[in-house]
Amino acid sequence: MLTTTQTIAWLNNFADKIETNKAYLNDLDTPIGDGDHGSNMVRGLTAVKATLADKSNADLTTVFKATALALISKVGGAAGPLYGTAFLEMAKASKDGVTDLGILLATALAGLKKRGGAATGDKTLVDVWRPVLTAVHADRLTSTVIKTAVERTKPMVAKKGRASYLGDRSIGHLDPGAVSSGYLFTALLETVVQS
Amino acid sequence: MKKILNDPKDVVSEMVDGLVRAYPQYLTQLPDTTAMVRSDQASMVGKVGLVSGGGSGHEPSHAGFVGKGMLSAAVAGQVFTSPTPDQIYAAIKAVDQGKGVFLIIKNYSGDVMNFDMAKDMAELDDIDVKSVVVDDDIAVEDSLYTQGRRGVAGTVLMHKVLGAAADQGASLDELDRLAHAVLPQIKTIAVALSAATVPEVGKPGFELADDEIEYGVGIHSEPGYRREKIKPSKALVAELLGKLDESGHLDSQHQYAVLVNGMGATPLMEQYVFSHDLLDALAEKGIKPAFMKVGNYMTSIEMAGISLTLFDLTDAKWLDYLNYPVETIAW
Repeated sequence: MLTTTQTIAWLNNFADKIETNKAYLNDLDTPIGDGDHGSNMVRGLTAVKATLADKSNADLTTVFKATALALISKVGGAAGPLYGTAFLEMAKASKDGVTDLGILLATALAGLKKRGGAATGDKTLVDVWRPVLTAVHADRLTSTVIKTAVERTKPMVAKKGRASYLGDRSIGHLDPGAVSSGYLFTALLETVVQS
Repeated sequence: MKKILNDPKDVVSEMVDGLVRAYPQYLTQLPDTTAMVRSDQASMVGKVGLVSGGGSGHEPSHAGFVGKGMLSAAVAGQVFTSPTPDQIYAAIKAVDQGKGVFLIIKNYSGDVMNFDMAKDMAELDDIDVKSVVVDDDIAVEDSLYTQGRRGVAGTVLMHKVLGAAADQGASLDELDRLAHAVLPQIKTIAVALSAATVPEVGKPGFELADDEIEYGVGIHSEPGYRREKIKPSKALVAELLGKLDESGHLDSQHQYAVLVNGMGATPLMEQYVFSHDLLDALAEKGIKPAFMKVGNYMTSIEMAGISLTLFDLTDAKWLDYLNYPVETIAW
């Protein structure tokens, strides 16, 4: 069962990881995107941290919804609606009484796929979400699972977003969205799964 | 980087402020947003609202086309970054007159997703929203394996046609049908001589040698299909027109509207030279454009280059829509 305290700790940890790796995410985004994934995510997660500061007594739905709205209104580009949709879907599911991490993440992934239209193997954040979800369901999420999933985007040919215009030239680059999702799940591992 | 700026972070908010204060007769900024709505409220009464927008850096798009007979509102995002759903939603709400709102979106994953979310938000408020995703750039293959063709300068012609129809009282469904009939008839292809520099990034999006050009570049420095040494204007016309002909099979029995669009740093002088060669080349094919515009309509900051749009006027009414009078900054 996921609690408000765990979720806030998870998101604050995620925000710190994004902040620390802002320049790295921008660099990853330069050859296959427009070089601003780190800056955009930092703008959004700074707003998430601010909105969660007074939510320690709020219910899970409120926490997810506030996170979604902060990301939707601050990130922009493609990452804003994608991460925003993921948290909005988790807000909706928790409103229906769902507190199971696996079910929440499955709902989020379904929303992500619907919003972005990406399938597995398209070199997007879905390629990290899918294997992580499988591992969470089997109670076997480890940092190796996350790292492996992120690394596997490297040889893929991008089929969605700006990177898709490069075709084969996108091979050999990590997908920046997959990397930021890697931080999301590493934060989850450190604050929720291992505690 | 040498630009007339203060803090690069403030470029969009300061640009919007300058724009609405310079042109209060056309534009009014919605508080706490970078959405700009038509000042002439009376001209919107009883009509479907038309909302467009996208990343900044394409000026005069999109706010330059807000006004009677064209757009009801334009939403400006960060430079080359889609505006966020809350801002688009604010614009939808502001222009809705109970007849619904039509969105004109360019085919980029960010724009499509953010406008879709705004549409979801508006529908919760019982505002009817329909949309068209413009994808006129033939440099990109329309395939299941990519994002598909990009939306570029031809979007301005879509603004114009829909704006005229909306002003004449077309319903939301009629605009939807019109937009999707027009969509496949607009085709664009570009050539770049040098790249754009996003202020917050500080360096050009790509590098071209002094004597090098790239065909098929997008409006955010997306890669094109071929690089080669700079050629005379006549040869550039031959390449771009050839690509359009391959894609659309130019027909001397058809009526065409033509848009020669400067990408930001190319002087009008060069655009007119290009137009001279273009009109000669079209004449050889037995085509005399029924409508033509030359100038900076959909730019890419200070990119040098030109895009060429051909709009096949398969319905005679569309020419009337293009000629319909408007009151905007930039048409």
